[in-house]
Amino acid sequence: MTIFAMPSLGADMESGTLVEWMIKPGDTVTRGDVVAVVETQKGAIEIECFEEGTVETLDAEIGATVAVGAPLATLRAPADDTASSAQPAVEAENRAKPKAATPTPAHRAKAPRDTSAPLLAASATLVLPRAGEIPAASPAARVRAAERGIDLAALIGTGPSGAIILADVEVAEPASVKEGPVRGSAKPGLDMAAMRTAIANAMARSKREIPHYYLTQTIDLQTAIDWLAATNAKRPPDARLLMGALFVKASALAAVHVPQMNGHYDAEGFHPAEGVHAGVAVALRNGGLVAPALHDAETLPLDVLMAQMRAMIARARSGRLRSSEMTDGTITISAMGDTGADAMAAVIYPPQVAIVGFGAPVARPWIVGETIAPRMTVTVTLSADHRVSDGRRGAKFLAAINTALQTPEAL
Amino acid sequence: MTDAEIRIAFLEELTQIAPDIAPCDVGDGDHLQDDLELDSMDFLNLVSGLHKRLGVDIPEIDYPKIATLALAVVYLKGRIS
Repeated sequence: MTIFAMPSLGADMESGTLVEWMIKPGDTVTRGDVVAVVETQKGAIEIECFEEGTVETLDAEIGATVAVGAPLATLRAPADDTASSAQPAVEAENRAKPKAATPTPAHRAKAPRDTSAPLLAASATLVLPRAGEIPAASPAARVRAAERGIDLAALIGTGPSGAIILADVEVAEPASVKEGPVRGSAKPGLDMAAMRTAIANAMARSKREIPHYYLTQTIDLQTAIDWLAATNAKRPPDARLLMGALFVKASALAAVHVPQMNGHYDAEGFHPAEGVHAGVAVALRNGGLVAPALHDAETLPLDVLMAQMRAMIARARSGRLRSSEMTDGTITISAMGDTGADAMAAVIYPPQVAIVGFGAPVARPWIVGETIAPRMTVTVTLSADHRVSDGRRGAKFLAAINTALQTPEAL
Repeated sequence: MTDAEIRIAFLEELTQIAPDIAPCDVGDGDHLQDDLELDSMDFLNLVSGLHKRLGVDIPEIDYPKIATLALAVVYLKGRIS
């Protein structure tokens, strides 16, 4: 028996308000499934499950404000399936354990990430609970049943403990009437005053605890801009790239090169991350700011990175990010965009240890060989944590970004 | 398409990608990026939306020609016909 607790979705999150359950007792959940929607200071966040098992009870009501670490649901682990009612003593003992268990997501940066998780999360939206009882069923069976419009409650399972497995769904006939998914009634939204408070708390903590140092380098961007223009000229709008995607990829590659910029710092010190989960700072028009993470950005081909960034920014704008996107960032990239200030010395987002600020690209006189030529340039500013690295490492990091941007076709 | 139809199509696509902007808030001469604060991702999404809706593939080099509602109506009318 495990307690699924309210995760911490940011350095200063104390509680969240439950607005929607995506699961109900009897449902089987897998790692990466979206199980609930929680309203936080950063907007409505889709909470992913980090356990596997069957939902025993839902321990929080819709509309309830739940403290970080307090129980949301009780799960029965797969191994417990056949013995759940025969071992009340064990259950009681487990239930008696302190409920304010430390949530794990904040430390997940240390472990290699299961890249299939986003796919699982996506498919989970197909298997929302319906009205009426739903028997135990394997995830594959649920997805297939949803695809075929089959009511699981009408099937007899042949799997362990009578659970419905994929084969049961494959042989079933679709039901004539299909009920729609049950959705919570509370409408998630963005509370800008609350978001400003959250930003204030995180940034004040950052400036209080993190000894920042700053390094700035101006980079010749002409090659990247020319390559981008030529590439996009051949593509329809849906397939076009933005300079922001090049900045993210170049920074992710630089973070692989200089691992002291990539990871989390906690009471035990610095934990370098294995993958680069690049937080992308997204300014919301009404004044908010979020920095959801693109997982394993260093491994993504530029087209894939761009597509994921596009989808993630759309979700950020509609206030519907996922919990892993909120907590997994290992470094943040913030870009001014096409116009604006020349340079940006940003504040590190704890528990991360570095943030890269790209100013607006601007034409400057530049020395090319023996002559002065007008070139498009960008000023890149690294803010890094002096507890983890020093200026020499920081300079190496900026040099790696410069190198990456000089061969955009290789990004 | 008439100017009015193009105008409606443009405003619908704009408010689709930026739901926090109301059509009545968009002035003819408002600059999409400087005044309405569309970022480069929003602008690209708008261009994608117009491509799907009107069949007009706006190349990057023409982006300044749709920088305001008034400019966009003239440009799109020329490209459609």
